[in-house]
This record gives sequence, C-alpha cells and structure tokens, in this order.
Amino acid sequence: MPTNSEVRAQTPGVDRPRRKDPALEEYFLDAAFDEMFDDQGVVRPHYESLLSTFSKLPKEELHRRKQSADLSFLMQGITFTVYGRDEGTERIFPYDLLPRIITAGEWERIEKGLTQRITALNLFLRDVYNEGKILADGFVPREIVYSCRHFRREMRGLQVPRNVYIAVTGTDLLRLGNGDFVVLEDNLRVPSGVSYMLTCRRVMKRIFPQLFTKYGVRPIEHYTRVLLSTLRSLAPEGRPEPSIVLLTPGIYNSAYFEHTYLARQMGIELVEGRDLVIHDNVVYMRTTAGLKRVDVIYRRVDDDFIDPLAFRSDSILGVAGLFNAYRAGNVTLANAFGTGLADDKAIYAYVPAIIRYYLGEEPLLQNVETYLMTDPAQRQHTLQNLDKLVIKAVGESGGYGMLIGPKSTQAQRDEFRALIETNPRNYIAQPTLDFSRAPCLMGSPDLPSIEPRHVDLRPYILYGDKVTIVPGGLTRVALPKGSLVVNSSQGGGSKDTWVLND
Amino acid sequence: MLSRVADSLYWMSRYLERAEHTVRLLDVNMGLMLDRSSTSAEGRWLRVLAALGNPEEIEWQGDYNQLVRALTFDADNHASITACIVSARENARQVRDELSTEQWQRLNRLYLQATEPNTSGSGHGLEEFIPSVLDGLHLFQGVTDTTMNHGEGWQFIQMGRSIERAFATVKLLDIYYRDFFVTAQQTPDSNQYLEWIGLLRCCTAFEAYCRVYTADLTHEWILEFLLLNPDFPHSVRYAIDGLRQAVISVQQSSGRLSSDELSRMTGRLQASLNFAEITEILDQDVSAYMSNILRQCLLIHDLIYGSYIHYSVQAALSA
Repeated sequence: MPTNSEVRAQTPGVDRPRRKDPALEEYFLDAAFDEMFDDQGVVRPHYESLLSTFSKLPKEELHRRKQSADLSFLMQGITFTVYGRDEGTERIFPYDLLPRIITAGEWERIEKGLTQRITALNLFLRDVYNEGKILADGFVPREIVYSCRHFRREMRGLQVPRNVYIAVTGTDLLRLGNGDFVVLEDNLRVPSGVSYMLTCRRVMKRIFPQLFTKYGVRPIEHYTRVLLSTLRSLAPEGRPEPSIVLLTPGIYNSAYFEHTYLARQMGIELVEGRDLVIHDNVVYMRTTAGLKRVDVIYRRVDDDFIDPLAFRSDSILGVAGLFNAYRAGNVTLANAFGTGLADDKAIYAYVPAIIRYYLGEEPLLQNVETYLMTDPAQRQHTLQNLDKLVIKAVGESGGYGMLIGPKSTQAQRDEFRALIETNPRNYIAQPTLDFSRAPCLMGSPDLPSIEPRHVDLRPYILYGDKVTIVPGGLTRVALPKGSLVVNSSQGGGSKDTWVLND
Repeated sequence: MLSRVADSLYWMSRYLERAEHTVRLLDVNMGLMLDRSSTSAEGRWLRVLAALGNPEEIEWQGDYNQLVRALTFDADNHASITACIVSARENARQVRDELSTEQWQRLNRLYLQATEPNTSGSGHGLEEFIPSVLDGLHLFQGVTDTTMNHGEGWQFIQMGRSIERAFATVKLLDIYYRDFFVTAQQTPDSNQYLEWIGLLRCCTAFEAYCRVYTADLTHEWILEFLLLNPDFPHSVRYAIDGLRQAVISVQQSSGRLSSDELSRMTGRLQASLNFAEITEILDQDVSAYMSNILRQCLLIHDLIYGSYIHYSVQAALSA
C-alpha cells in the first residue's frame, strides 16, 4: 500500500469543487476519496439531487429542520447520559443531517465481500475450537491463536447450534483514495451502534421526506425482525417456541439505550444477570409468575464478565453457571464465547489466508496492510518508522492502546518502542490511512456551510440460517476539522446511510 | 413480568408516596408554626420526626429551619424529599422501557426541580419548592393513570402506593393520638382544634371531613374518618382496599394462586377495617390497635416479596 504522500503525488486532481456555491466556500479536495465530488471536482451523479436540495434551502429553513431533528432525538431519549452526582446532563447524540449515499453497485461489492469474510471467519472459529485443521496445515501459526487474549480453551470440542459462532457482527470499513472499501476491524464480540442506524433513519424520514421520494433508498427497518429470526433459528434443539432474552450489563453501560431499544423493538425481555438463575444446567428468569425457562440469550455482556464461575470471578454482572448450561446445550448464546479470537488484530492479518483456505476464493474486501511485531523483519521496519505508522494493541478496541505515529511525541514513541520490544505479540502496526470524506453540514445557523469530514462505515451482518446484511449501516463521522477519530467519545458523530436501489 | 421490574416499580411508587407525605407534613407544620399556640416548637418537630419514623442522622437542634432544609434539600439524607425523588427516579431508570414516555418525562422534570432548582426555574426557596414538588407528584400520578397500561406493572405501582400510604397514615394517627386524643375533651380548646386541623390537612382531609361531619371536630370522628372512611383516598381503609384489589389483579395476571398467605393477610386486614366500629376501637388500647395494623402492613410487604420478588428458587421449581 502506498503511503499518503505517495498517493498525493500520484493524483493530479484539483483542490476545489468545480461547482460554485456559497455553501461550498469551505469545501476542499485532496488525495483522500471524496464521497460527493470525483477527482475532477465534479459532483458524483448520486449526490447531485442532495446537493441541490440543500443549497436551495433557505438558511432559516435549514436551521428549523436541524432543530426539529435535535428535538426528535431528545424526545426519543437518544442521548448520552453523563452519570454521577451531577447527572441530568444528557447530551444529544451528535449526528449530521446530510446522508451518506452508497450506490447499488458499491453496496453489492460490500455485501458480497462481507458475506465471504464472515462465512470464512465463522468456519475458522469452528475449526480452531474443534479439529484445528488450519493450524495443522500451517496456514495460521498455533502460537498466535493460543496466545490470543480472547481465545477460550473452554470452547474446545463444543458443538454450537448450526455451527454459528458469530450471529451478529459490525464490521468497520474505510474507503481509500482509489475508492475501494477495505476492512479496518471485524467486531465479532458485542458490536454496538445499530440502534443509532435505525433511529437516525427514522428522524431523517421525518425531516426530509421529499428526498426519500427522489432517491430510491433501500429500507432498513426490518433489522430487528431479522435479528429476532436469526436468534430464533439458533435455539437449542427441541425448543420450537424458544424464549429469547437480551442480557444487558445494566443502566450504567453506555449502550444501555440500545439494549432497551432493541428489546422493545423485538418484543423480548431485557434482563440483567441478577434476573437469571441456573438450575440443573437450565437457565431461568425470575418473573412474578415464577421461574420461566430461557432458550436463547442475545448477550451484550463481554465473555470476561458473563459467568463468574467460568471466567472473571469478580464479575457481578454475570450469571453463575451460565457457561455450564451453555456447554450442556440447554441455552444458546449469541454471539458464542471466544469469538474475540477471530477479531484479534494479529489474526486479522491472516484473514485473507483464512478466506483462501476455507473457501478457495480470493478475498473481495481487502485488509489494511498490517505488520506483525512477531516477525523480526516487519518489527524492524516498524521500529524505524514509528512516526509514520499507527500502532495498535491486538486485543483492544474502541481506540484504546493506540499510537498514531504522525501525531505522537518522541516520549510516546519511546514508550511504544519499549512496549513492542517487551511484548511483540501484543502489537501490530498499520500505515496511517487517509480515508474518505463525506459532506457534512457545518458552520453556524447564520452561515451554514457544507464541508468534507472523514467517515467510516459499519454495516451489521446477521448470521442465522443464512447471512443477512441490512442495506445500510452506521456511518461514523469525525466532526472536528482534520480529525481522523470517529469515536463518539472524541467528537465523532453519525449520519444516516442510504443504499440506493438502482 | 420480571421480578426485578416489579420490584423497581413498587419502590418507585413507595418513594414518591413517601415524598408526598413528607412534603405535606412539612408544609402543614410550618404553617402551624406561624400561629400562636401552646405547642412548643420542640414538641411539634419531634412529633414530625416521629411521624417520619425518626430518620437516622436527623435530630432536632432547636432550629426548625435547619430541620426543614435537611428534610427537603439534603439529598444525602435518606428521609429527605429530594432523596426520595432521586430514589424513585433511580428505580424508574432501571425499568424505563416499562414506563410511558410521559411518565418518564414527568418524573425526570420532578427530579430536576428537586435536584437543580435553579436550572429548572423552580427557585431555591421552600415557598416555591413545596408547591412545585406537589404539582410534579400529582402530575406524575395523573400520567401514570392515563398513559400506562393498567397491567401487572401498574398494579405493583398501586401496591407500593397503598401500602406506603396506609403505613404513614396509621403512624401519624398513632402519634397524634398519644399527644392530643388521650386527654381530649368533647369540645376541644383552641390549641387542640388547631392541631386537629393540622392532622387532617396532613392527609389532605380537612375539606373532605367537613363534607361528612361539618367543621365540628371531635377526636372520634377524626379517627373514624381517617381510619375507616370507605371513599376518601387517604383513609387507611381506602388504601387497604386498593392494596387488596392490586394483590388480586396481580395474582390473576401472574397465574399464581399459590400465595394463599398473601391473600389471607390482605383479606383479613381489609375485612377488619371494613367491619370495624370506631367506638369498639376506642374502647380498647388504641396504640396497640395501631401497632397491630402497622405490623400487618410490614407482614404483607414481606409476603409480596416472598411471593413475587425474592422467592426461593427451590420453592419455585417445585411449584
């Protein structure tokens, strides 16, 4: 993969859009892929209608609609709560009014690529937790698998229903300078954010109904129904009318809003660990009508915390004995335990090999180039280029344990150099990516302007009796100018994602 | 319904009822402080504390302003109005999906009025605080009845309110009885008259009482009204009738008829109030009679817990 400066040098392009419009005064183009303008500064056809609608709207009207959307988010309770003694300060979920548009052709490639990737990763998990053929054949080194923080030895030899380990995935994609989508991260444990995808869409429909009629936007509302039937399809055998629950860590979890939302939308019970009891390896929930058997648990609690007998004994969020009930085949957990093995960042480097091994196909979605610190040559290269690369701890997610080379200080680089040298297995390196930008509504109510901001894309993949991807996803956007961080804790927001019909 | 959810709704409701009771108790007694009477400030406020069950960490130190502030704004004090509202909201937050949006917004607003009087525009002073909290509590009650499904969850809310109200009213009567009724003459002196009005006002009962008995106050009628009146919502009998209704509904909707003991205890308490005669009550040891009702309320609370919330897994499996 070429570095940023190489890409910039190769692309002649222009640095301003061709279109003259006061709202576009602040718009700039460079080597990063722009979702709205092509490399000649011409509006891409599928953004034409959106841009003209927005630039025709008087600023008062734009402001009114923005406020109406704000209100709608507030009323639905889609807020972050800052909790503690000074609580009551609830912040509206940051979002952007301009939808991100994906054409039917682009989506088809994404859909095929993700289906292939998830199928292969699921086969990989099944293999590693059973025969281990891929390890015997030497395509993935044993020492990397067994040293994964999220490898669960307890899962060895366990038959999971339909052989599905990863029922729900949210894969993070980025779009590079050449317009190709690449996979940044497979989130195979308890991916979140899907409620924002669904509620953003609902709000957008209320605020800009006429745009929806102009564009043929593919619907996403059936997500919760598909999720429910996915969970149902994974019920233990002999339970034709399975009782399904969503297990949440509780109100202090930052995704609690999503848990209540999904439970309500699916019409299933939202339970906490203390609501469940295990007796004779069968899971029950305590209800006012007595104990009621539970067959499928859509769990939003991490492996570590889910069963104090099997995993972390200091967890108070979990259910003692749950793992044994699971092993006995009396309850299904989605996702299965130990799926974090396959989204370890060192395993990530082997995903193309995994796809080739199990499916005999070339990967349709590429990886971001990844240097393994366990390989002496790659480590050498990384240590010499710490100021250009991104260093990540393999078992972490959500932006923790990271070094962003170009923005780091000498002290930070020295710290990471020492960390890598002490524990090379725990780190990987990737080039700093200049991923795509999409237009966002910035400026003030008096002077609205459309400016480009970096975006990623997280589609949600459901895997039950088949793989289903609802056409859309969560587009996260780095709202501060020049920022590459899309996490909501650091000024990131989201926007509605439209997948077109034609 | 999940036991945890029933538990939260029950306690949300109890805390709100408790807050309302405390608000009225403070309001009425602050009003009475302004009248010249032979009741000493110390006697009055010690009585208020006793009616609230003598909360820990609150003591009469000679300044009623300080005491009232501790009982209103001090969120660290479990007995304060603010603490009750915070606890009610905390319970509601855990079962937010069981409540209607209107309920949640009402309760949240009430919570902001109590915890951040400045930003919510309700002001710092007691004179604004008390009416705004009362309003908020009444509005919450209103939206609860009009927007929430009257299913099992609503019945647990009724249970919580009824039991809390019955308990607090009996406790209040017990304390007033000791102080004012034992020595009562048939025609009260002006001080007694004032205190009796105060008692009725603490239960929002003065006007309702007058409709039944006119403004002639006698200790017998007051006791009869607050204990045994079948139609007045703050009477003990009315609260126990409501409790019994809620218990029957929950038994039906949960399909669990095994809680015989709960049926029997609520039924017995209800019958004893329905068929009581005030003269008979006055003929016996009134304090013992009141303590007996309090004891039964506590027992019923335990039975609700044992039947629906903290039941033993072993018992539930064999059922």
